[in-house]
Amino acid sequence: MTDGLTREQVAWRIAQDMVDGSFVNLGIGQPELVANFLPEDREIIFHSENGILGMGPEPAPGEEDEELINAGKKPITLLPGGAIFHHADSFAMIRGGHIDACVLGAFQVAENGDLANWSTGGSGMVPAVGGAMDLAVGAKRVLVMTDHCTKTGEPKLVEKCSYPLTGTGVVNTVYTDLAVIDVTREGFLVRERVDSLSFEELQNRTGARLTLANDWRPLTAF
Amino acid sequence: MIDKTVVTLTEAVAHIKDGDTVFIAGFGDAGNPTELVHALIDQGAKDLTLVNNNSGNGFVGLAALLNTGRVRKMICSYPRSSHSVVFEELYHAGKIELETIPQGTLAERIRAAGAGIAGFYTPTSAGTPLAEGKEIRHFDGRDHVLERPLAADVALIKAETADRWGNLTYRLAARNFGPIMCMAAKCTIVQTRKLVPLGDIPPEQVVTPSIFVDRVVEVPHPMSERNAILNGEHYP
Repeated sequence: MTDGLTREQVAWRIAQDMVDGSFVNLGIGQPELVANFLPEDREIIFHSENGILGMGPEPAPGEEDEELINAGKKPITLLPGGAIFHHADSFAMIRGGHIDACVLGAFQVAENGDLANWSTGGSGMVPAVGGAMDLAVGAKRVLVMTDHCTKTGEPKLVEKCSYPLTGTGVVNTVYTDLAVIDVTREGFLVRERVDSLSFEELQNRTGARLTLANDWRPLTAF
Repeated sequence: MIDKTVVTLTEAVAHIKDGDTVFIAGFGDAGNPTELVHALIDQGAKDLTLVNNNSGNGFVGLAALLNTGRVRKMICSYPRSSHSVVFEELYHAGKIELETIPQGTLAERIRAAGAGIAGFYTPTSAGTPLAEGKEIRHFDGRDHVLERPLAADVALIKAETADRWGNLTYRLAARNFGPIMCMAAKCTIVQTRKLVPLGDIPPEQVVTPSIFVDRVVEVPHPMSERNAILNGEHYP
């Protein structure tokens, strides 16, 4: 599918919605890209589950420290003002509602805000969850970064998740390569969509009913 | 005189028994008590239950202990990674039990055990397969899952500095599970990079107070698990 944004462009789009002064957790993988595109006028404090606030960018080659890593186990740096704490405090920040926003990947998001992102339920897989369920219920805003459809063209936005759930009714906004969609009481509300697709074409690539916001805008990126 | 220091790793782990539940601190390459784990391999206790966030990498440390076949059960949040070959083989062969717990629930269950809390309700995992069989209660408009504390017989911990009372500091993100695991084990065994005289650690910088620590052994040059994994090293 070449109709939509690249992953970097989706990350850029999410970064534009980061609120100055907020505490943000970026999920492992694609969501980590968001940190690369923060507007210069925002001071954001990044949280990492293993016990870090004030996570900075990757260290220069040769400057890595095995004991300074993020939740994805990759070397990081600390910004001036950064803090280290133990795991129960780190998850109290998440579960206690102190983290303003998290960005997570998804296998599926349902129109009621259910999120499935930890297991495809296959019997051959080792069940591994990490902090996904804690972030899903604990962060004040749960933002999802995902392709609109799977590689084989199956919609990832659905009426009801078929994969095992991570959390129920937790997702606030979904950012895909094709659209920015809020989860509302009435279901999926399209706030922005790419120009290259009609609303009907977007609906055809979605597994649940979409509503187009009255004030919808074209989805564009850098 | 209180002196929790022991000279050798062998002495430090000597009392660990068959059937014990063992906390192993560490997350990624940070804070792994690798030398203590290797001493436990040499010691030979079996039928163990291990608790860690993950399930070991390569063929050193936790993964090497799994590889001995002496571990009955693994309790963790994320038993899958790029180098978790030993665990995955055991799991697929049906040779090890697995309890997967959300990471924050894992941490809070350990903390609860250390703080004398018999259980707590959390919205984490409500409505998901990981809540199956657990009591659910509705508070403040939301389903909550009853979680019980998670204690251990032994905790293996890596510290940066320790004194003979057992006061500890940790370096950077090596802190991770250390402080809560120290609180929740009947016997907390610490390997420290530096053993310092009493009073050397400024009191307001003590992270784990001595009351939670039982044994301290100095390991001035702990190995890098990352390098060992990259070099394909095996223990023993």
